[in-house]
Amino acid sequence: MTADPAAPAADPGETVADPGEIVAELDNLRVWFPAPGGAAVRAVDGVSLGIRRGETLGLVGESGSGKSTTGLALLRLVDATCGSVRVGGRDVTWWSRRQLRGLRRRVAMVFQDPQASLDPRRTIGASVAEPLVVHRLVDSADARRRRVAELLEMVGLRADLADRHPHELSGGQRQRVGIARALAGEPDLIVLDEPIASLDLSVQAQIMNLLRGLQRDLGLTYLFIAHDLAAVEHMSDRVAVMYLGRIVETGTPEQLYGQPAHPYTAALLSAIPVADPKVERHRRRIILSGDIPSPVDPPSGCRFRTRCPQARPDCAEVDPVLVEVAAGQWAACRYAGEAVRAMRAGTVGEETVH
Amino acid sequence: MRERTDRPTRPGRAGATDRHEPAGPDIAEPVLAIEDLTVTIGTRRGPARAVAGVDWSVRAGQTLALVGESGSGKSLTVLAATGLAPRTARVTGRVRLLGEELTALPEPRRRRLRGRHVGFVFQDPMTSLNPVLTVGRQVTEACEEHLGMTRRQARERAVELLDLVGIPSPRQRVDAYPHQFSGGMRQRVVIAMALSCEPDLLIADEPTTALDVTTQAQIVELIADLRRRLGTAVVWITHDLGVVAGVADTVAVMYGGRIVEQGPVDAVFDAPSHPYTRALLAARPGPGVRDGDLPAIQGSPPSPLDLPAGCAFWPRCPVRGDARCEHELPPLVPVAPGHRVRTFYPLSEDA
Ligand SMILES: Nc1ncnc2c1ncn2[C@@H]1O[C@H](COP(=O)(O)OP(=O)(O)OP(=O)(O)O)[C@@H](O)[C@H]1O
Ligand SMILES: Nc1ncnc2c1ncn2[C@@H]1O[C@H](COP(=O)(O)OP(=O)(O)O)[C@@H](O)[C@H]1O
Ligand code: SF4
Ligand SMILES: [Mg+2]
Ligand SMILES: [Mg+2]
Repeated sequence: MTADPAAPAADPGETVADPGEIVAELDNLRVWFPAPGGAAVRAVDGVSLGIRRGETLGLVGESGSGKSTTGLALLRLVDATCGSVRVGGRDVTWWSRRQLRGLRRRVAMVFQDPQASLDPRRTIGASVAEPLVVHRLVDSADARRRRVAELLEMVGLRADLADRHPHELSGGQRQRVGIARALAGEPDLIVLDEPIASLDLSVQAQIMNLLRGLQRDLGLTYLFIAHDLAAVEHMSDRVAVMYLGRIVETGTPEQLYGQPAHPYTAALLSAIPVADPKVERHRRRIILSGDIPSPVDPPSGCRFRTRCPQARPDCAEVDPVLVEVAAGQWAACRYAGEAVRAMRAGTVGEETVH
Repeated sequence: MRERTDRPTRPGRAGATDRHEPAGPDIAEPVLAIEDLTVTIGTRRGPARAVAGVDWSVRAGQTLALVGESGSGKSLTVLAATGLAPRTARVTGRVRLLGEELTALPEPRRRRLRGRHVGFVFQDPMTSLNPVLTVGRQVTEACEEHLGMTRRQARERAVELLDLVGIPSPRQRVDAYPHQFSGGMRQRVVIAMALSCEPDLLIADEPTTALDVTTQAQIVELIADLRRRLGTAVVWITHDLGVVAGVADTVAVMYGGRIVEQGPVDAVFDAPSHPYTRALLAARPGPGVRDGDLPAIQGSPPSPLDLPAGCAFWPRCPVRGDARCEHELPPLVPVAPGHRVRTFYPLSEDA
């Protein structure tokens, strides 16, 4: 159970890790999709982000904020409109299809719906073996079988499941297969796009434990995309909050959950229900009015201003950049810190429902 | 809301009912009460016993949360209770809606009672909305029929309802189509629809599961506010224990088609006494387990085609009892006033 996120921070700053080696990096990345009438859906609109070896970077934000598109860009499954994608120190933004085969060994992905991401006609063994074959990582059928068995055991499945088909497995088992497949190429980075969202409640903790265990044992690096903010807090070393194609705040979970500096982070956190009726009864929520605006035509100045309970007139004019508000904590708000304090002290609350 | 004449006056509807005030004698009659409800579905692979021996009731102005994982029988319970179970289902047990025994009624009368007194909100608003009709038409469709309104009255009422559920500029939006609305706004429209006949009971089946946490907070506030103002009884189905803590007066936890724990919300969260409830609450990530593994429950939930003979949770249970757990169905036993658990080994508070 999470403590009331409105409570003051315990002790920020102390866990700021050594910068370390950057495994993957986005620099001012934009991914625009064509929209009807010659307009563009600005799914990702100026994101800069570095992912360090061995860490889990959590990525949160409302539906449509551009999280999945950011993840797909790291595998070059969508093309950059401008900006760059670097993996393992190399600029892969414009790599050819042939070069990308190598990239997709370095960066793997696990999807939300394990049902949809496995081919129903193939055996589990064949699905897990596919990356081994594509990347020529095994030189005999025997070696392939052995490696598949090893991968299945790594994710806590019996090796004899290799002969089964996806429909014979539970949701949790299928997600384990998806993870085994992602591990096959021994990637530097795994993009986990909502990996627990479609699982049974009593199975989610198993998968989180598995992911953390694998990370410990194999030194994996994760980009963990999720809606469940409590899961993100548990899994992540650092968290980035996205809103309408931009990162509006980053920092450690302790910093963000304890002392958010951006009004959007504060609102998002205050919306999480807490599994404690006494806390729920007495907490004051910051309820955002309305919905996330269309990424075809984002608001001028600060993108959050149309829903920001603290928006001031000049927020419409100046597009705020990320500034460091505490060691390792960055927020893109002209009134970072101050605005959140005012929100929490003030009257913003239930009456904003309408 | 509008004055209405055809409504039997029922005490307890007027004004706000405080969540935790004990129910007065005049609202003692539950709005919906189900007893020993069992649903068996015929499937290609044999009969699936999806719901068994479920008892609960909900009173005016109160919210009952039905919580459990996917497939535990939450939706079928309310569908069967309101006569909406699939054709392949066999339903037994007793259901009383506003004191009337539904199971004894012929279908047309049952349908009328349901249409008049029960509103539904489902997970995906588009299953309730017709894409080619304006939202205004749809919001009042049901009550035009039930309350005999003219088109003009209905349109006015639609504007009023859209306003009630917090749609900005309802007069401009009343002629819009569902696709012009976001997911959260569509769910508001469905809630307006569900409220159009001023139902005594609102059944909300995972109404926020498909929504963002920010939109979820809006919908939770909206339903809580409407319940307070209109005195509606609410049955809220969810798998999110956080949502339960925020909306419920009483909770029924389902596992493998049965209620395994049931009681006032504070009792269930403060002293979860069934091993499943306790394990589920403990497995949630929180500050206490930041650096270790989560105390996960092993295995996965049972299939209704292949239920264990005794306690459905036995194969996964951390307590694991003895042969009795494996072979005998534990009864629902009281552990505190109004708080019951289906286990041979109820856990005490300090266990
Ligand atoms: N191939 C595409 N063509 C056009 N628009 C797209 C495409 N992919 C994504 N978008 C749009 O880009 C925006 C960001 O989408 P994205 O899927 O990255 O969001 P997300 O944060 O992952 O959301 P969710 O939480 O719903 O998964 C959305 O408005 C989406 O509709
Ligand atoms: N129309 C149906 N035909 C066959 N099985 C069904 C049908 N509806 C539900 N079931 C089964 O009954 C069980 C309980 O379903 P449901 O009440 O929908 O669960 P919940 O709402 O808790 O997720 C599940 O195993 C489900 O697969
Ligand atoms: S810049 Fe202005 S509108 Fe944007 S988040 Fe800060 S206070 Fe709100
Ligand atoms: Mg996504
Ligand atoms: Mg359901």
